[in-house]
Amino acid sequence: MRTHLPFGPWLFLAPGLLIVAAFSLYPFLSTVAHSFTDARTLTAGQFVGGANYRELIHDPMFWTGLRNSLLYVLGVVPLLVLLPLLLAMLVQRQIPGITFFRAAFYTPVVASVVVVGLIWVWLLDDRGLINALLEALGFGRVGFLSDPWLLLLSAMAVTVWKGLGYYMIIYLAALANVPRELHEACAVDGAGAVRRFLTVTVPAVRSTMVLVAALSSVSAFKVFSEVYLMAGPTGGPGGEDTTLVMLVQQAGTGLSGRVGYASALSVVVFVLTLGLMLLVLRANRKEER
Amino acid sequence: MSTLGRREPERREPERREPERREPERRAGRERAERRIPRWQLLLRYLLLLAVLALTVGPFLWQLSTSLKGAGEDIYRYPPSLIPHDATLGNYAGVAKIIPVWDFALNSLKVAVANVLTNCAGAALAGYALARMRFKGRKTALVVFIMAMLVPVESIMIAQFVTMRELQLNNTLLGVVLPGCIGAMNVLLMRNAFAGLPYEVEEAAYVDGANAWQRFVRIALPSVRGTLAVVAIFAFMGAWDDFLWPLIVLSDQSKFTLTIGLNFLHGTFADNQRLVAAGTVIAVLPLIVLFACLQRSFFRGVGEGAVKG
Repeated sequence: MRTHLPFGPWLFLAPGLLIVAAFSLYPFLSTVAHSFTDARTLTAGQFVGGANYRELIHDPMFWTGLRNSLLYVLGVVPLLVLLPLLLAMLVQRQIPGITFFRAAFYTPVVASVVVVGLIWVWLLDDRGLINALLEALGFGRVGFLSDPWLLLLSAMAVTVWKGLGYYMIIYLAALANVPRELHEACAVDGAGAVRRFLTVTVPAVRSTMVLVAALSSVSAFKVFSEVYLMAGPTGGPGGEDTTLVMLVQQAGTGLSGRVGYASALSVVVFVLTLGLMLLVLRANRKEER
Repeated sequence: MSTLGRREPERREPERREPERREPERRAGRERAERRIPRWQLLLRYLLLLAVLALTVGPFLWQLSTSLKGAGEDIYRYPPSLIPHDATLGNYAGVAKIIPVWDFALNSLKVAVANVLTNCAGAALAGYALARMRFKGRKTALVVFIMAMLVPVESIMIAQFVTMRELQLNNTLLGVVLPGCIGAMNVLLMRNAFAGLPYEVEEAAYVDGANAWQRFVRIALPSVRGTLAVVAIFAFMGAWDDFLWPLIVLSDQSKFTLTIGLNFLHGTFADNQRLVAAGTVIAVLPLIVLFACLQRSFFRGVGEGAVKG
């Protein structure tokens, strides 16, 4: 539609474009630029070439962080692709009270990750509810928060728990578009529930599954809060549970923050995130052929 | 009228018939479903629903219960009891004595409300221009927003922090609000919503001499209330719940938002679970209440395709 003023559209766009340029695109470019300098929080820094990247490769913490972030993707994504789909199928049917259940299942999404983290720290504590139950069942106490590996697994469980409702809603929208007749025809042919799930539901929501895989792998790779809250700011004893974003935050903030080094880390995070996303999308395209 | 953009009839149709037909349709569907599901299957369904309910809501209830347990009650005792024997609100007063939790809540509220207003206004304006106006550079503008959406916040936060320092906005609430105050994702959501509206009404207004601003405010905006509500809820939740960015930008305790304050409380008084629990309840309760009030329109808005891939 035509406007009366030639620059009218730009007046509409100006606030959005300004904010996005100032706080997304410019910081992105300056991150790349900073990554080649030895800038600190209070000083501008000199060009040092690839020194930050070389240091990064020789930093054992970087490899620990990378390992943990990748493990997080491997642990979390399959569960977040599958469980919310099952959950969506459970709440899809219009039966009395279902709106209540849907909203209730969404509560963990609504709650802040800090709240969620603190709730689970309390539940998984050595003297917490879950250990009390395990002991009563005769299993003995489990150091969910003290053993580095268990801590990472616990954090993953919390991430999955918090994400279920979010992806459930996405699947719910996709399931609404699956024609009912397909299920009925399949049922008439004598297919059971599992069979119908595999031959009707999964193919119909395949593209949504890929979307969920892409979204959840990107966010799992960038995990910060869950681990920060459960393991502490330095990522547990010896930093064994540090993730990449935790390293960025540690290195780059504070008065003596090493902005240059943190920027190099950020660039690596960005490149790997992008790569992960392309990988998921490509895996899908290959399958479709 | 050759200036019109492309039409999307398949999106338009449900939008139009939605208000009058949806409710009876849904009821009919419900009756049909009830008739068809065998009773044992329905029972199984409810059992599963209750199990998931316990798993998703149970932890919150346990936290609430802990926050209500008085000093005389052993919170580690076995068997654990969900109902406090010695219920008290004392822990809430206790939190307020240790950290200025109500000030933190006020800070969070300021940030969240600002975020809702700027996101709704900014995203609607930009979305409308992208969907409904024809001008040179429209494609470029769209690409800018898409690119901005692809840059993960985590990989630019140090540069944002440096920028805030240069602007002397670090350690201010304005500094917390600014980077997310018009989300590129929201702009694209609004654009999709506007693109789905029928053109006829706007055409009539155009012929009557309404300018772009009048068409935007009086005709287009009221028609996308559903998406606007979704943007508002997400903006509020995002700001109220955010942890990483406020953690980086804020250093002065008087400026803390609730999430940062809670982390501080947890770090300092890790041993007093009752107080930490009370703090988390204060942080989560307003949001749950807000969500419970808005969930109907929220799920409808999301279902209409706002968050569809």
